[in-house]
Amino acid sequence: MPISLVVEDLSAKRGEDLIFHDISFVVSAGEALVVTGPNGSGKSTLLRVLAGLLAAEYGSVRLDGISFEIGHPRELCHYLGHRNAMKRELTVAENLSFWKSFMGDSDGGSGIGLEEATEALGLGGISHLPFGYLSAGQQRRMAMAKLLVAYRPIWILDEPTAALDASADRLFAALVSRHLGAGGIVVAATHQPLGVEARELRMTGFAGVGEMV
Amino acid sequence: MTSLFLRDIKLSVRAGGGALIGVLFFMTVVAVVPFAVGPDLNLLSRIGPAILWIGALLASLLGLDRLFQAEREDGSLDLMLMQEAPLVLTVLVKCLAHWTASGLPLVIAAPLLGLFMNMSEVAIGATMLTLLVGTPAITFIGAVGAAVAVTLPRGGLLVSILVLPLAIPVLIFGVSAAYAAVEDPAPFLPPLLILIAITLFFAVIGPLAAALALRSASD
Repeated sequence: MPISLVVEDLSAKRGEDLIFHDISFVVSAGEALVVTGPNGSGKSTLLRVLAGLLAAEYGSVRLDGISFEIGHPRELCHYLGHRNAMKRELTVAENLSFWKSFMGDSDGGSGIGLEEATEALGLGGISHLPFGYLSAGQQRRMAMAKLLVAYRPIWILDEPTAALDASADRLFAALVSRHLGAGGIVVAATHQPLGVEARELRMTGFAGVGEMV
Repeated sequence: MTSLFLRDIKLSVRAGGGALIGVLFFMTVVAVVPFAVGPDLNLLSRIGPAILWIGALLASLLGLDRLFQAEREDGSLDLMLMQEAPLVLTVLVKCLAHWTASGLPLVIAAPLLGLFMNMSEVAIGATMLTLLVGTPAITFIGAVGAAVAVTLPRGGLLVSILVLPLAIPVLIFGVSAAYAAVEDPAPFLPPLLILIAITLFFAVIGPLAAALALRSASD
């Protein structure tokens, strides 16, 4: 049975106020969900709750259809936030090989090699450089290579394509559709179109309820 | 987890890692003491173990606040919080790496600084041994302070203030064991064993508390 991410009546607070409440949706294997909305509408908060980094006020996030024991759904998720989670002092290869061995692979798949991953993002041959030497766009692409070196069925992406040029956008769209084709799940907050077919969850801000489009 | 250990060691020796800053600070503190108390060799050798311990204590507090803050700033902490591997273990490994990179050099530098203080061979050896078993405890206690202050932009001083009172027992038993080695009636083994017990105790409590603090500090 393919996995699905089930969110029920989710509410979360920023400070004293509920930033969203009673959001429910199901994303099944091979599906993408794009979270849209104006700045401050709670997109990042929703993603951080999904990634288990922020406690939900009410409601639950769970995974259906997995055949093995997990402690928390976050263990099967990749989270690509605003920050790249790479060390400037280390080379790209050192960064990626650290995350590859630290994160390991979730059941049901395996990550690809370092060289292959950097090639897939169009940056082969510069993985010996310190991460801090790269441009903002290159850094973002290398951070995306993390998604490939360790296998996770669910990708949670917070404005993944900020700082990317048009060709990298297309490259990334191809990666996302390949991940979806392999039975993965993608939840992304973005202002630009993701480049793949996706359902949309529009966030409306404080105490507003997200509506599925 | 081995990869985390190796990464942290690498980071601490690369530019801006600050592993050597602690040793330099340690040397500076100990080296100025003879200038302050004057060239009284007996006095120097008597206060030697205590000065070495105070220097090592302050030096090991130096880089502690960056233990988790650096990870949080670039987003790595988020990923560490999400993994299947228990967070306690991640914290423990980070502490061990931090101690290897910044605590162990202090222990190795101690004999040289012992000469500055006109300490006897036995006193130098005993101080080195007590530093070896005692400084990990400071790192483990410091990890809790670092985790509590992880979201504060200038938490460095706060970490030191939080940690110092808790590190007092380490200082007391470290120094008293070092003195017991040179002063005859006092037994050496009991304070040393208590020091080891303190280190083992904080090796469990420290990562546990730090992991709890990190979980609840996430924003």
